[in-house]
Amino acid sequence: MKRKLQSIISSLPTIIAFLIILIAWHLLTVTEKVPSYMLPSPKSVLEALYADIDLIYRHLNITLQEAFYGLGIGISLGFIMALFMDSCNVLYKAIYPVMIITQTIPTVAIAPILVLWMGFEMEPKIALVALTTFFPITVGLLDGYRSVDKDQINLMRSMGANRWKIFCHVKFPSALPYFFAGLKISVSYAVVGAVVSEWLGGFEGLGVYLTRVRKAYAYDRMFAVIIVIVVISLLLMGLVNIIRKLLMPWEKFAKNNE
Amino acid sequence: MSILKLQTKNLIKSFDGKVIIEDINIQLNKGEIVSLVGVSGSGKTTLFNILSGLIKPDAGQVFLDGNDITGNPGKVSYMLQKDLLLPHKKVIDNASLGLVVKGMSKKEARAKAGKYFTDFGLDGTQEKYPSQLSGGMRQRVAFLRTYLCADGVALLDEPFSALDTITKGQMHKWYIDIMSKIEMSTIFITHDIDEAILLSDRVYILGGNPGTIIKEIVIDKEKPRTEQFTLTNEFIEYKKQIKEILA
Repeated sequence: MKRKLQSIISSLPTIIAFLIILIAWHLLTVTEKVPSYMLPSPKSVLEALYADIDLIYRHLNITLQEAFYGLGIGISLGFIMALFMDSCNVLYKAIYPVMIITQTIPTVAIAPILVLWMGFEMEPKIALVALTTFFPITVGLLDGYRSVDKDQINLMRSMGANRWKIFCHVKFPSALPYFFAGLKISVSYAVVGAVVSEWLGGFEGLGVYLTRVRKAYAYDRMFAVIIVIVVISLLLMGLVNIIRKLLMPWEKFAKNNE
Repeated sequence: MSILKLQTKNLIKSFDGKVIIEDINIQLNKGEIVSLVGVSGSGKTTLFNILSGLIKPDAGQVFLDGNDITGNPGKVSYMLQKDLLLPHKKVIDNASLGLVVKGMSKKEARAKAGKYFTDFGLDGTQEKYPSQLSGGMRQRVAFLRTYLCADGVALLDEPFSALDTITKGQMHKWYIDIMSKIEMSTIFITHDIDEAILLSDRVYILGGNPGTIIKEIVIDKEKPRTEQFTLTNEFIEYKKQIKEILA
C-alpha cells in the first residue's frame, strides 16, 4: 500500500506535465486562438478516434505485422552481425563503418528505392523496418560483449572453457542489459519505420491511411492515428520491459543493494 | 612423508625483450600452503598466469602430479582479489561453474557443490544472487568455486586484500578452519607479510627485476593456528627476517 502511494507520488511530475499539455491544447482550440482546421481540439480527436476505430484497427493490423516481421529479421540480423564482429576484429573494422553509413541514409530516401526494388506489398516495409532496427541491436550486443571483464574471461579459460562456453556462460548474459536497451529503441523504430514506408508507397497500413486523411484535410482523424501510434509504441516498450524483468530476475536484487 | 604436487622447473618469461621472471623453481607438496611474497614488479602475476596455463613460459616447465601441464589451462584453478562471480547466476551455480564448464550436468554439479555449503559457512545462500551477499561472503563463494574445480591445487592471488581489516581477520579465521576440513594444496600470492606467515607452511620471497626466488623460509608452527600466533615473538622473528630480505 505504502509502496503504491510512493510510486504514484514519484510519477506525479509526469502526470502533471501531461495534464498541463492537454489543458493548454484544449484551451488553445476552445478559445480559437488556433483555428480548428490547423489544430483540432482534443475532444474532436477523441470523437474521430471513436468513429474510425474499426478502420484504424484494420490498418494497424497490417502495420504491426510489418513491424513485427521486420523487427524479427532485424533482431536475428543483429545477433548474427554482433557475433561475427565480436569474434573477428578484422570483420569489426570492415563492417562497423558500413553499418554507420547505412544509418545515416534518411529513411524517406531509402523507402522509395525499396519500393522500386520490391513492389508495393509488405516486403519493402519489412525490409525498411529490419534495416532501421538491426542497428541498435547490433551495437547494443557488441558493447555488451566487449564490456566483459578480461579477468572473467581468463578465469573461464583457466577452468578449461572454450569460446562457446565462455559465450554462453559469460558473454551473452552480460550483454543482455545492452540488448534490451537496444531493443527498446528498436521497437519504437519498428512502428515508425513501418508507418513511414507505408506513407511513401503502399495500399494498406496506418501510413497509407494517414496520407488519405491528410489529403482530405481531416486533421482530427490524422491526430487520432498519431495517438494510436504513440500508444502502441509505448505499449510495446512496456512489453520489452516486462520481458526484460522476466528474463533477468537478478537485476531486481542488484538495484535493491545500491 | 610429503608428496610432491606441483613443481616448476627453470621458468623464464620475457615481454618485449624485458625479462620478467627468471629461473623460477618452486615446489608445492600435497596439502601444503605456500606463499609467494614479493615487491611489486617481481612478476607475481606473470608467474601466476604461467602456473594456471593461461600463458606459456619462454622456457621451463610446470608439472602437476608429475605430468607436464605447461601452457595447458584447466588443471590448476585460481582465485583473484575480485570475486568474479557472475551476477546472473545464483550462488549455487556460481560455486559449481567450474564443474559445469568441465562437462558435468547442472544438476549433478549443484548437488556436489551443495554438500560444501555448510562447511564453508554459506548455508542458506544457495538460491540467492551474488549481489545479495556481502564482500566477505562473496569471497567465500569464489573460494568454494576455486576449490571445486581444482584438481587438488589452487592459486590464490591476494584473495583477501580487497576486504576491510575486520572482515579480513574473520576471513583468515574462516580460511584456517576450512583448510583443516578440506584437502587442498595452495599457492598463496600476497604482499601482506603477516598474512603469509599466519597462513603458510613455507614462504617464497620474490625479488624484482627480473623476478627470481631469493629466499625460502619454512614457518615451523603447528596448524591450525590462531590469531594469537601473530602476537608471539616467534611470529615477529619471522616478520623481521622477511622484511630484512625485502628491504
